[in-house]
Amino acid sequence: MSLPDTAGLLLSSVARLVTGAQGHWYGCVPKAEQRIYFANHQSHLDWVLIWCALPRELRSRTRPIAAKDYWTATPFKHWITREVFNAVYVNRQRTDDQDPLEPLVDALRHGDSLVIFPEGTRSSLGDPQPFKSGLYHLAKQFPEVQLIPAWIDNVQRVMPKGEVVPVPILCSVTFGAPMQLLPDEDKRTFLERAREAVTSLRKLSGSA
Amino acid sequence: MGDVLKQLRGWTASEQIGLLFIIVFGLLGIATMIGVAMSVRAEDEARTLRAERFKRQLRTTWVMVTVFWIAWIAGTFVSLLLFGLVSFFALREFITLSHTRRGDHRSLILAFFVVLPVQYSLVGARYFDLFSVFIPVYVFFAIPVISAVANDPERFLERNAKIQWGIMVCVYGLSHAPALLRLDFRGYEERGAFLVFFLVFVVQSCMLLQDYVGRHYPFKPVAPRISSSFSWGAAAIGVFGGALIGALLYWITPFKAGQALGMALIACAAGTLGDFVMKALKKDAGVHYWGNEGRLVTGAVGLLDRVAAISFAAPVFFHSVRWYFRL
Repeated sequence: MSLPDTAGLLLSSVARLVTGAQGHWYGCVPKAEQRIYFANHQSHLDWVLIWCALPRELRSRTRPIAAKDYWTATPFKHWITREVFNAVYVNRQRTDDQDPLEPLVDALRHGDSLVIFPEGTRSSLGDPQPFKSGLYHLAKQFPEVQLIPAWIDNVQRVMPKGEVVPVPILCSVTFGAPMQLLPDEDKRTFLERAREAVTSLRKLSGSA
Repeated sequence: MGDVLKQLRGWTASEQIGLLFIIVFGLLGIATMIGVAMSVRAEDEARTLRAERFKRQLRTTWVMVTVFWIAWIAGTFVSLLLFGLVSFFALREFITLSHTRRGDHRSLILAFFVVLPVQYSLVGARYFDLFSVFIPVYVFFAIPVISAVANDPERFLERNAKIQWGIMVCVYGLSHAPALLRLDFRGYEERGAFLVFFLVFVVQSCMLLQDYVGRHYPFKPVAPRISSSFSWGAAAIGVFGGALIGALLYWITPFKAGQALGMALIACAAGTLGDFVMKALKKDAGVHYWGNEGRLVTGAVGLLDRVAAISFAAPVFFHSVRWYFRL
């Protein structure tokens, strides 16, 4: 087994020990189809939880988005995002000549699945913030890729902002039914519908 | 029969324990076959469901016995580690359903990563005097201090009470079970595993008996808003039945038959009432089972449902044994 594989296994066992890392598939099953998973965003652990909930054979083809400036800043951060998670790097600083979605588009063309957090930033409040438009553009450009909403529950209690040591608390990821961009749906309606799809999973996940 | 027992007493500890596991695994094997027969013969839905339920309970027992067996083979350190893990998972479940606030973060870190390992190390090191006061005296002093430093007065008493209860039930209570492994009876060295087995078996039988009686002979519930099934009648039958089983098992313990009866009585009463208290805590947390029959939610597997009675019975049993035999 290679070093990145070992690191991944170690990481997922720690995540399981701390959070239980349960995946509940309600609207779909974990299958090797090209997909864009989109979820609420509460902590750095969100991605790890989704990654743990996926079957191992899907992990290498399901890629997270990582902010280039932050996740390549040290050799270790760079190594773990590149080798273990196979992340797609995006620039946070906007330049005029480059579309920030371009790396994502490349990955989807290449046949990979993506995990995105359309709120943009982490929010500690209960309800997810309004979604940014990236999801809409990707949905429009890749109508054949399934869009899977997901609700991540309880993670904010494991490691609140500003704390470094996680507390063991059970967390879960609930995956919902695939959705699609309707023929003449406008951006605002679609994004609101997508956000609704994520929020509605919250009741299924059991938290108040 | 008497001769056989006398002969068995002459065996070495590991031979006796080997025999014990052969008997237990044999019984489990028979029960599993009964379970298979039940599901083969089940015609209607109700019977299929009952067979499924039975098999699910058996699976848990298989896992518990196997873990226990591995722990015995691998020695004290591994058994402490295993019981420590059970404590850890039980506490994780308890805290998940107790809805703590951000200000509790440091207290929880203390509970999981300091209190739990220290408590189990004290068992391992046989510091029994410190072991029985470490949590109720020192930890119960430290937790509210750390919570107060976090500067969040909202529902302060309630939050601390929840964390302290969690530690008490899941860490303090459970750690008394492996502590039995470390008790030194004269002429009974290295047979601590029998005491743990005695406690678990007697309490578990008592709970099963109660469950059965409660289901088939409905007595008047004591506190219907807390539990529709807990009644003094069923509890008494369970406790005395458990005590009787304990008396019949006296030959695997350092006790005489009467002593075994008394100790089993104490353990069963504590376990029964403790389980009842846990039901009240569950109702307060808004769940019926800690595991909600698998269809859950937070991902809790219901470990607490299974260890609650032991958590309450173990400290009382441990203390009674130590006090009575002046260990």
